[in-house]
Amino acid sequence: MSRKSTTGNRGKGVSSDCYVELELTSGQGLQIEVKSKVQALFGRQIIALCEQVLGHFEIKNANLYLEDTGALDHVLAARVEAAIKQLIDTDKEFLLDVLPQNQHKTEKNKSRRSRLYLPGNTPKIALNAGVYGADGIILDLEDSVAPAKKFEAAIMVRNTLRSVDFYGAERMVRINQFPQGLDDLEFIVPHFVNLLLVPKCESAEQLEQINVRIKEISNRCGVKNPIHLMPILESAKGVLNALEIASSENVVALAIGLEDYTADLGVQRTDAGTESFFARTQLANVATAAGIQAIDSVFSDVSDMELLKKVVLESKMLGFNGMGCIHPRQIKVIHENYAPNDSEIETAKKIVNAFHIASEKGLGVVSLGTKMIDPPVVKRAQTTIEMAIDVGKLNSNWRDDYVS
Amino acid sequence: MSVEMVKNAVGRLVPTEINGKPAVPFKGVGKYKPEARKHAAKIAFCADFPIDGNKQVETLQEALIKAGLRDGMTISSHHHFRNGDLIAVQIFKIAQELGVKNLVWFPSAAFPCQEAIIEQLENGTIHHIEGSLNGPLGEFASQGKMSGTGVLRSHGGRYQAVQDGEVEIDIAVIAAPTADPFGNANGVNGPSACGLLGFALADSEYADKVIVVTDNLVPFPCLPWQIQGNNVDYVVEVEQVGIPERIVSGTTKITKSPDRLHIAEMTAQFCEEAGLIKDGFSFQAGAGGTSLSIGNFFGDIMRRKGIKARFARGGSNKYLVEMLEEGLIDYILDGQTFDMDGIRSMRENPNHVNTSPFTSYNYHGKGNFAGLIDIVILGATEVDVNFNANVVTHSDGKLLHGIGGWQNCLFGKNVILPVPLFRNRIPVICDEVTTICGPGELIDIIVTERGIAINPRRTDLIEQMKDSNLPIKTIVELKEEAERICGTPDKPKFSEEIISAVKWVDGTVIDVVKKIAGVAK
Repeated sequence: MSRKSTTGNRGKGVSSDCYVELELTSGQGLQIEVKSKVQALFGRQIIALCEQVLGHFEIKNANLYLEDTGALDHVLAARVEAAIKQLIDTDKEFLLDVLPQNQHKTEKNKSRRSRLYLPGNTPKIALNAGVYGADGIILDLEDSVAPAKKFEAAIMVRNTLRSVDFYGAERMVRINQFPQGLDDLEFIVPHFVNLLLVPKCESAEQLEQINVRIKEISNRCGVKNPIHLMPILESAKGVLNALEIASSENVVALAIGLEDYTADLGVQRTDAGTESFFARTQLANVATAAGIQAIDSVFSDVSDMELLKKVVLESKMLGFNGMGCIHPRQIKVIHENYAPNDSEIETAKKIVNAFHIASEKGLGVVSLGTKMIDPPVVKRAQTTIEMAIDVGKLNSNWRDDYVS
Repeated sequence: MSVEMVKNAVGRLVPTEINGKPAVPFKGVGKYKPEARKHAAKIAFCADFPIDGNKQVETLQEALIKAGLRDGMTISSHHHFRNGDLIAVQIFKIAQELGVKNLVWFPSAAFPCQEAIIEQLENGTIHHIEGSLNGPLGEFASQGKMSGTGVLRSHGGRYQAVQDGEVEIDIAVIAAPTADPFGNANGVNGPSACGLLGFALADSEYADKVIVVTDNLVPFPCLPWQIQGNNVDYVVEVEQVGIPERIVSGTTKITKSPDRLHIAEMTAQFCEEAGLIKDGFSFQAGAGGTSLSIGNFFGDIMRRKGIKARFARGGSNKYLVEMLEEGLIDYILDGQTFDMDGIRSMRENPNHVNTSPFTSYNYHGKGNFAGLIDIVILGATEVDVNFNANVVTHSDGKLLHGIGGWQNCLFGKNVILPVPLFRNRIPVICDEVTTICGPGELIDIIVTERGIAINPRRTDLIEQMKDSNLPIKTIVELKEEAERICGTPDKPKFSEEIISAVKWVDGTVIDVVKKIAGVAK
């Protein structure tokens, strides 16, 4: 193995990150040089952390050079660990305490209107990602990470899952394509991830293998929380196999990736979306049949909020429940336009009100006028009400002055 | 040299003497009222000036010599060209060539384009600077390299110091985009138009000698005449006085940062929910990407509600001008123009009005309009749990910014500081700010991306916002959250040497900036 490694990022535009050069030596102990933007305030603590990480991996002789642009501890530790692991073979990990609020579970049917993609190896962007109110946050290991950076990205994502508060957003990771993605699981599964996105999914067989690996790691590491799967269909074959994929264990939603899908078909992706009409309706139909959510592709023009609104309304009309975002500004538009419209809210209010009246009277059957209301319809109405409250279209105590 | 240090009303130890002159410690807001008459320029005699009104001399050097430039004088300049000023650097180069020493430079603000002045600071031509120290000059002063002690004042504080004689300007050099040979001058016309010359107004009225430098000499009368020739001694024509394009700095564009946009949107939402945005209200929108976006969001709210603002306080820029032209604002009361649209609007639109620190901020006026502004948006490098805020130093102790109109605007009705909870791992909300520039009693609301803290003194706002969906938290909760994320920083180490005093709007000393320890002088 080489005696010298480098990790991390430096240079123009980089902040909240660090760059590390590590060289193993024979003798002379640990020589640590830190050049930090926050030297006066954190220089001492950064050196102490470096010593702690090196000590954890029993490195006694090395030159470590670290250039810091205001990285938090979990970032510094990830970079140093990645540098070490390029030089020595070890099963050890340097784990900082996991935040208590990062250990929450999520439900199969939770709302997944928006999911914000973050490049997994760019720690700055993750710091504030939770404040924008997205339903889910995706730490991406796939397309946004350069092949040479996959290894350090996996360690960064692991530390981010443990240390960064996303303020209640569902904690998601997009792993690499099958089968490379199987190797990512070791870094992700034990660290309180809620949902895994499986890119370019083409068969139930792939998900089967992923589930086996998740179970194996969960058993070994005592993972208790459920880990949901959201396969992304990005090829003609994937779209045709949608039903077997949707019916696989732990799958809670099907997503579509239109960039790759249109490339696979050899057609242009257009604003009108005619070329993907079949795939999208197929996906929405299959998801409903399998009792899971249908999630639309990302919309990539971050400056065009008017077109985004149009796309969301159309997506909702086709039966999708949410879509991806690549910029926080998109979240609000997505939430507002997947939200129920006024007539949907009125209908839902009638049904939910009837449900409450039935419960109060101890009746097992909900009825509206002469019509019986099935439980799934009630459930859907309740979701509609929740969504309306969430975007401010309805007051949370609307029943106080509701006249049916 | 040992100067007695005393504890002032915000608990900071400050010297009783600065640069050999007595200094008064801060006594509390509105408490310092010494009895005296205003300072005034020497009595002039029109008989001493050419009867034909032509005060033109050949060069700036000749004007400075005629004005009696000599050791120890105080020389003033204005910053309406911001980073495009071409004159200040020339003044001190000339002084150096003439072998003059120990000058005091009294700019209304300094900019990175004046970095070359470090040469005259190093060779003794300039003893010290009294005015905002930012960028390279701040860095230079932070290292304790300036011979004298810097004195930082607000725009209003500068007017106060001139009016009560705390600073006696010997020679004022006023770079003017248009002037006539009599010395009348304005900022709106000419190839180097910079908008207005309000910051130079006190200098023109109170300095012993006044030199107007222009690259657009017009026959008498130069109108409008914000600077009046009756106060001017000499007029110099030069090739170029300033580069207007450099008035626009990076901080005067609307932000694209999602974090800052988020804070801006939260701020606007807060103002709306708190009932502050109503027909006939007024607001101040400063430079800086976040402030500009807040102004934009205010515009959206006004359009939606179908209401107008009575006036907006500038620094003006494209965005504010568009709101004026759209009819969302009746008037812009402008202290400085931040871009070319601001300059054009001031020239063409009678409702875009130039002001000076006298009308807007002056402590020695019979009132000023800062207190009439409903919503004031300001920045800060740090805010502490008592709402005291810092704008001049960074948390590592480096002196990097001027005060500008910041202290003066604190007298607005609702003062809001939209700031990130932390920058580059450094908490912005902390136990104690490095330098107190404004007392917490004047600061009402802190908006961060993770929560909004309302000053406990503002029980009205706390009551109004109690059912809001916005994340209202206490300032201590915000501070704890910042430390949970960043860790608790070590304290920077300072030497005992004072590199700059920070004045309050009344001329008292609210705090000092000390040299960072371990930096050789």
